[in-house]
Amino acid sequence: MTQTDFLTLLPNILLVTWACILLLVDLFIPQKRKYITALLASFGLAIVMGIVLAQAGREMTAFNDMITVDGFSVFLSVLFLATGLMSIAIAYGYLKRMGIERGEYYTLMLFSISGMLLMAQASNLIVIFLGLELLSIPLYILAAWARPRQESEEAGLKYFLLGAFATGFVVYGIAMTFGATGSTQLSAIVASVSSGKAVTSLLMIGAALLLVGFGFKVAAVPFHMWTPDVYQGAPTSVTGFMAVGAKVAGFAALLRIFVSAFPSLSADLTPVLWGLAAVTMIGGNLIAIAQSDIKRMLAYSSIAHAGYILMAFVSFANPTVAPDSVASALFYLVAYALTSFGAWAMVIALEKAEGKGLEINDYAGLGRKYPALAAAMTVFMLSLTGIPPTLGLIGKLYLFRTAVEGGFVGLAIIGVVTSLISAYYYLRVVVVMYMREGDAQVTTNDSWLNITIGATALATVILSFLPAALFKLAGDAILKLF
Amino acid sequence: MDFLTNPLNLVIFFPLLGVLALLLMPSGKKDLLRWTALVASLLTFGISIWVLSLFKAADADLQLGLNIPWIQVAGWNINYATGVDGLSILLVLLTAFLSPISILSTWTAVEERVKDFMIFFLLLEVGMMGVFLAQDLFLFYIFWEFTLVPMYFLIGIWGGPQRIYAAVKFFLYTMAGSILMLIAVLWLGINQNSFSVPDMIARSGSIPAEIQMWLFLAFAAAFAIKVPMWPLHSWLPDAHVQAPTAGSVILAGVLLKMGTYGFLRFNLPLFPAAAIKAAPWMAGLAVIGIIYGALVSYSQKDVKKLVAYSSVSHLGFVMLGLFALNPMGIQGGILQMINHGLSTGALFLLVGIIYERRHTREMDAFGGLWKVMPVYGALMLIVSLSSMGLPGLNGFVGEFTILLGAYGSSSIGSPWFAGLAALGVILAAIYILYMFQKMFLGPFDKEENKNLKDLNWREIATMVPLLVFIFWIGLYPKPFFTLMAPAVDNLVKIIQTASMALH
Repeated sequence: MTQTDFLTLLPNILLVTWACILLLVDLFIPQKRKYITALLASFGLAIVMGIVLAQAGREMTAFNDMITVDGFSVFLSVLFLATGLMSIAIAYGYLKRMGIERGEYYTLMLFSISGMLLMAQASNLIVIFLGLELLSIPLYILAAWARPRQESEEAGLKYFLLGAFATGFVVYGIAMTFGATGSTQLSAIVASVSSGKAVTSLLMIGAALLLVGFGFKVAAVPFHMWTPDVYQGAPTSVTGFMAVGAKVAGFAALLRIFVSAFPSLSADLTPVLWGLAAVTMIGGNLIAIAQSDIKRMLAYSSIAHAGYILMAFVSFANPTVAPDSVASALFYLVAYALTSFGAWAMVIALEKAEGKGLEINDYAGLGRKYPALAAAMTVFMLSLTGIPPTLGLIGKLYLFRTAVEGGFVGLAIIGVVTSLISAYYYLRVVVVMYMREGDAQVTTNDSWLNITIGATALATVILSFLPAALFKLAGDAILKLF
Repeated sequence: MDFLTNPLNLVIFFPLLGVLALLLMPSGKKDLLRWTALVASLLTFGISIWVLSLFKAADADLQLGLNIPWIQVAGWNINYATGVDGLSILLVLLTAFLSPISILSTWTAVEERVKDFMIFFLLLEVGMMGVFLAQDLFLFYIFWEFTLVPMYFLIGIWGGPQRIYAAVKFFLYTMAGSILMLIAVLWLGINQNSFSVPDMIARSGSIPAEIQMWLFLAFAAAFAIKVPMWPLHSWLPDAHVQAPTAGSVILAGVLLKMGTYGFLRFNLPLFPAAAIKAAPWMAGLAVIGIIYGALVSYSQKDVKKLVAYSSVSHLGFVMLGLFALNPMGIQGGILQMINHGLSTGALFLLVGIIYERRHTREMDAFGGLWKVMPVYGALMLIVSLSSMGLPGLNGFVGEFTILLGAYGSSSIGSPWFAGLAALGVILAAIYILYMFQKMFLGPFDKEENKNLKDLNWREIATMVPLLVFIFWIGLYPKPFFTLMAPAVDNLVKIIQTASMALH
């Protein structure tokens, strides 16, 4: 390990070390003072974020090019770390309230985040795989965190089995790609394809298997079956973390692989991705209509949003809009992360012990009793639909624009029509909050939760008026191409 | 600093100050909240008068606006561009004029959640002003979609028994149209490398005819639903009937005009060739709307529904005028937008007044009302006559100009459209006089109506300003035509150029 290796990987090294230390330190922290663990974990994340920001603007590679730090990885790493911070903020009070507070929660979260960072930085399929496992295994445990509760155990097991199944696809895809090109290094794969040495049919199979494997991770239709059950059964603080962090990480890997390693396949893959995006948008939005449980509804909504983001992969096939399509995916990931996270935080605010307070009807009367919270939830719902003045609208416009610009008007039309469908079920939450009488019960004394809700809602609105900076950041977060 | 002191920005964003003030007030002090909202909207009206005084009527171009870069990264070329011209100045004034009147009408009608009501109402005003003043398609779209949100809450929280159904239907219906427009907006933005409306008008000739037609249709989908044109009108009776009175006034008075304004501002100058081709079809739909709206109005038992369907008929006239594509028709169309806002706004106010007293709007529940409520009856008579187009009142001027324009229009191609539309004027007389007769004339035979009180001063105060304009436009419409004439001539010139290129 050279000094560059060390400096490049410093965020990960620090995060994992910090997590290990925390695991030990936590043993000496009495059960009543677990906030210390939470604070220490947040502190670690903040330090790592500082280091990542210090890496910004540079392009570095390490460990024989297996790790790449570029604008893309920095952008996503910051997003992951911010997600981690917010996840801790919403988890602390929630875990205590639900009686499932254990210090390992935060440690596992740190491990999972380090996996996400690794996925954003990987430029070798093996490293991507390592990152994927490092990300997933702690999540399997976290999904089952509310252990005596059957739903949570079921969620953990289901997530584990299907996740392992999906990982199988990824590994097999890596093997096929290796067979086709003789390397797992992304740059070597590109070189082998462009020199004509690669076995195209094997490479296609490899790419397809990788697509399936990551399709599971990002919950694209038809690989989404696990999502509603797991999202519903897992503790909500974990669900929020999964819905944002794990999904963004899946997209990070997909972007890295399909954009920088398989650009030559884009012509062949475009129809597949087109179909995948269309089916995901349609399926997710249609099934969401039928949900009466807010967690399941948001789960299907997160499936639908995977479809919108997949649009960017389709428009990537057109070289003139390729940079914009990556940027639009990144932009939308931020918009989605903020909005979706806020919505999950709202779910936590209303959730009671024993899984009560999770029906959409439990939100009745919120508008009158807690106007600020209801206004925040309205912002999230509008943003997920794509109605101004929210960041979700700007993000969707960017995705649709790249699709139209790339010549995929049909896909853009599917996108807007499914947005219309989604308006129906997002609005239902608003209807229930403001237009039905009820007695919504909210945990009001959880100030970290309230801060998260307020901050995400404000950011969703304010950034929609001043999106230029975020556009610029997303545009500068260029993937290193080989 | 420019941004904050720009007169148009003040018109758009001044109601936000009211919103901020309302947010800081306790929700229990209802009168304070009402006065704050009223004052905010009155001041906005004052600013709009200031804008009018700065407006140069002889100038056909966009005026007083701003054009500053907003989002200029990642291939976007979006400006914060505003401007007012002859096509929009009257609508801006109408919006600013109707808002305080509507707020005044809620004094006793809205008792629940007054604070929220006023906040949503002022937000709606911001959105409407933005729609009429935005000169960048992206900005326009944002304002356009934004108006949905407060209106949705106004209907859904303070509406009638079917309010939730009506609110959701209103939202989804309107959004269905605007998403198609969104794709067209993005297509234009990409291909013209600008979202600026004047730039696009200048380059409108460069779009191939076939694509122009598709874009025209995509925009028309959004606007036709909003107008609403037959057969896309089915959201309107629900929304109108369920909305609270103030909501109905604004919905009929201003929100529907956003649709006709959209045709005027975007469809005609951006896709003139397509507009010429589509003119007979649009005129045909407009005429069907005129007749259909009138017939359905006649068969209503609920006064509010009658007024709602009459909007379909009246807006048909506006569309017929706009697609006559000649100065006469378009000027008549714009004036009729204002007329409809005044007359139908007034009708909804009057219906709201009686509903507040009797909690029913069934015409059968009334009869001989003139005896107990003479002032109310007199006002209703004037407004009804204005709505049906009696000479000397505003409706006549607009409809007559439209019919003249449509009769001589070469793009519609046949005088029959105007002829059939004229039938609509007669039908309007039938359904409105029928309503008036049932409610105000005849024997006074319902016990429940005995104790009805005539209008109080506040209610009269909401009606008087409307009556002033109803008479003014009816007797001396010239100043209104003067305001719009240069801009309309300009628009017609664009269309004629395209028409010459076609032949």
